[in-house]
Amino acid sequence: MQNYFQLFQLPQQFDIDLTKLETSYRAIQTASHPDRYVTASDAEKLVAIQTATSANEAYKTLKNPALRAEYLLSQQGIIAIAETNTAMPADFLMQQMEWREAIEDAENAKDISALDRLLVTIRSESKALQQMLTKQFKRQMLSEATDTTRKLIFMEKVQADIRDVIEKLEG
Amino acid sequence: MALLQISEPGQSPSPHQHKLAVGIDLGTTNSLVATVRSGMATVLQDAHGHALLPSVVRYLPNGQVTVGHDAQAQQSQDPTNTIVSVKRFMGRALEDITDRAHIPYKFVNRTQVAIETCAGVKNPIEISAEILRVLKERAEKALGGELVGAVITVPAYFDDAQRQATKDAAKLAGLHVLRLLNEPTAAAVAYGLDNAAEGTYAIYDLGGGTFDISILRLTKGVFEVLATSGDAALGGDDFDHRIYCWVLDQIRQNSESFNPLNEADTRLLLTKARQAKEWLTDNYEAQIVCRLSTGLLVDVTLNVAQFNELTQTLVNKTLSPTRKALRDAGLEATDIKGVVLVGGATRMPHVRHAVADFFQQEPLTNLDPDKVVALGAAIQANALVGNKRDEDLLLLDVTPLSLGIETMGGLTEKIIPRNSTLPVARAQEFTTYKDGQTAMSFHVVQGERELVSDNRSLARFDLRGIPPMPAGAARIRITFQVDADGLLSVSAREQTSGVEAHVMVKPSYGLSEAEIAHMLSSSYNAASADKEARALAEAKVEANGLISSIQSALQTDGDLLTDAEKQQINARITTLQASIHGASSDVIRADTDALNRATEAFAARRMDASVKRALAGKNLDSIEL
Repeated sequence: MQNYFQLFQLPQQFDIDLTKLETSYRAIQTASHPDRYVTASDAEKLVAIQTATSANEAYKTLKNPALRAEYLLSQQGIIAIAETNTAMPADFLMQQMEWREAIEDAENAKDISALDRLLVTIRSESKALQQMLTKQFKRQMLSEATDTTRKLIFMEKVQADIRDVIEKLEG
Repeated sequence: MALLQISEPGQSPSPHQHKLAVGIDLGTTNSLVATVRSGMATVLQDAHGHALLPSVVRYLPNGQVTVGHDAQAQQSQDPTNTIVSVKRFMGRALEDITDRAHIPYKFVNRTQVAIETCAGVKNPIEISAEILRVLKERAEKALGGELVGAVITVPAYFDDAQRQATKDAAKLAGLHVLRLLNEPTAAAVAYGLDNAAEGTYAIYDLGGGTFDISILRLTKGVFEVLATSGDAALGGDDFDHRIYCWVLDQIRQNSESFNPLNEADTRLLLTKARQAKEWLTDNYEAQIVCRLSTGLLVDVTLNVAQFNELTQTLVNKTLSPTRKALRDAGLEATDIKGVVLVGGATRMPHVRHAVADFFQQEPLTNLDPDKVVALGAAIQANALVGNKRDEDLLLLDVTPLSLGIETMGGLTEKIIPRNSTLPVARAQEFTTYKDGQTAMSFHVVQGERELVSDNRSLARFDLRGIPPMPAGAARIRITFQVDADGLLSVSAREQTSGVEAHVMVKPSYGLSEAEIAHMLSSSYNAASADKEARALAEAKVEANGLISSIQSALQTDGDLLTDAEKQQINARITTLQASIHGASSDVIRADTDALNRATEAFAARRMDASVKRALAGKNLDSIEL
């Protein structure tokens, strides 16, 4: 069984060529999408839906930096978010609490543009973490990479929550 | 002398001959059928030169049914038996139809909406099938043969129940559904291929009863939907309705004694409202004049400013899904290269202005907004049946709404998030709540809200026979799979014992296979001998098709198999060929299944080879660049 990196013919590392990921993904979908097998046998239809489904899952995982880092660690036997393993550095927890408070304040004040600004801030923080991850993975600093990945995953959640609040305010 | 050969209906004598396939836009207000002829997508017209078939079905006491313009002309005279905008009721329960006080039908309370007519109780699936039947006949007459299949379009924001109902209606009309295609995606195909467009586009589709917004990225024939959103109960009909309510207010102000309208007058005023709306697209004011059955003369004038004021909230209602789709795609309005308008309701100037303001650019309108969806569906149908193999048309669409399962406390656990690219599969594990629990009930829901009661309920099913274990010890894996039509199937499996349950989510609002079979057989009015003859003919066609596709696969990719494997497959082919000469459809089906199973490994190896070729071809391209 190929792993996601092999599937898209990419080197197994955090810093990947996103354009190559996209072109490989499109090539695989062009070959395997169920639309190509509408008049094919049931056996071929089944293989097509399986191949296209796993290509979608693989693409989604590698495209997103947090999921990519998590997957890369899992390939080395490390589970980034385990039930027993949720300890976070105190300064990051503080930062989290500040963001949560800011979201709550903006929600109460129905201030969508404040939420938009917060999204921009978190996105740029997240970019910085990604650069850190590139180095950590390159130097095989897996324990540090696990911590950074965990932060990245939490920041994804915060961003999703902000989008939900914006949606609620707009709806 | 050798006898002349005639092929099975819908099957071409040589594999490369043009197959007859159509795209159907089953609209709220109008429906269309289109096909690709000599490389050009064209809308097919009826004998009178009409391309649009009004989606109006009238039932007559003598059992006859009229569809289209004739039915539309009679709607005020016969409002209870003339059904318009039936699409709004597809896959819906009666309580979903909030404005039913203003609709002149005799609703019947069943699990799904049904309407009492002089020809009996009709459900939306049956009524839609009447429209599809007319379009099928139109196409077969124009193309001179039986159709291989059809692509039917649905609003992108249709939920599983609405999609299933649409597919059922097509089956009932005797159509083979190649694919359900989202309307904005269809429009993008027609527009994108016509204009060789590349980049990120927004498709703003305001139809008669539904609103969709899709954000797509177009790259070299690949149409990738990044996000979609909408409102499955917002469309041009609502604008008519606002005018209608305004007219009622005017009448009330001017006449002392005003009684509630009867059904015929309701339909009459709704028709006048629609005409006024259309008139206001090109004129400053519209006069609404008619005489009600009570003798009361209605004569009021509505100007553009008033109309805009009456309907501005409706226009604004389209902008919040638009913002949501952009946010889900991770884009700003300024990232959008072009905005394509679809649907007759986008002809209204204040709608166009709102869209232009929002995206800071003039929307593209060089394709007829009424026809663009059917044209795109025809292009997709043509590609699906293999009439154009070399062309790199590929549509990557998404789920419009999240799919999940009910957990403790009536909360929704999302399994597949909205805007996941199709096909998609996701699994999640659940466990038992009590010691010794041997069964579990699952409730499958669709929607974004946290509370199950705020989302749409799709199906309920049970997993039984779980071996007794302490609470929390069982591992029940629930797998959700959404196919390329956007239809969901769910299975449950207890991991330690292997106990399984599987449901195709056939929601409470769809028809069961048995119901469809019954409706089909009663419409054929067939004796059972005829049915068996038909089943036999179908089984033979399918078997022959499978044999020829496997033989051609063996010819091109035979080197992927060992001699022993080849012999095994050939033996199955010989068996099936023998049973085709027999008279039992059951035997043919069993041997067809056996041949299919015998080629599973071959199919997998061919897929690997084809993926490798595609990846290598792509790399070759990048070297050439």
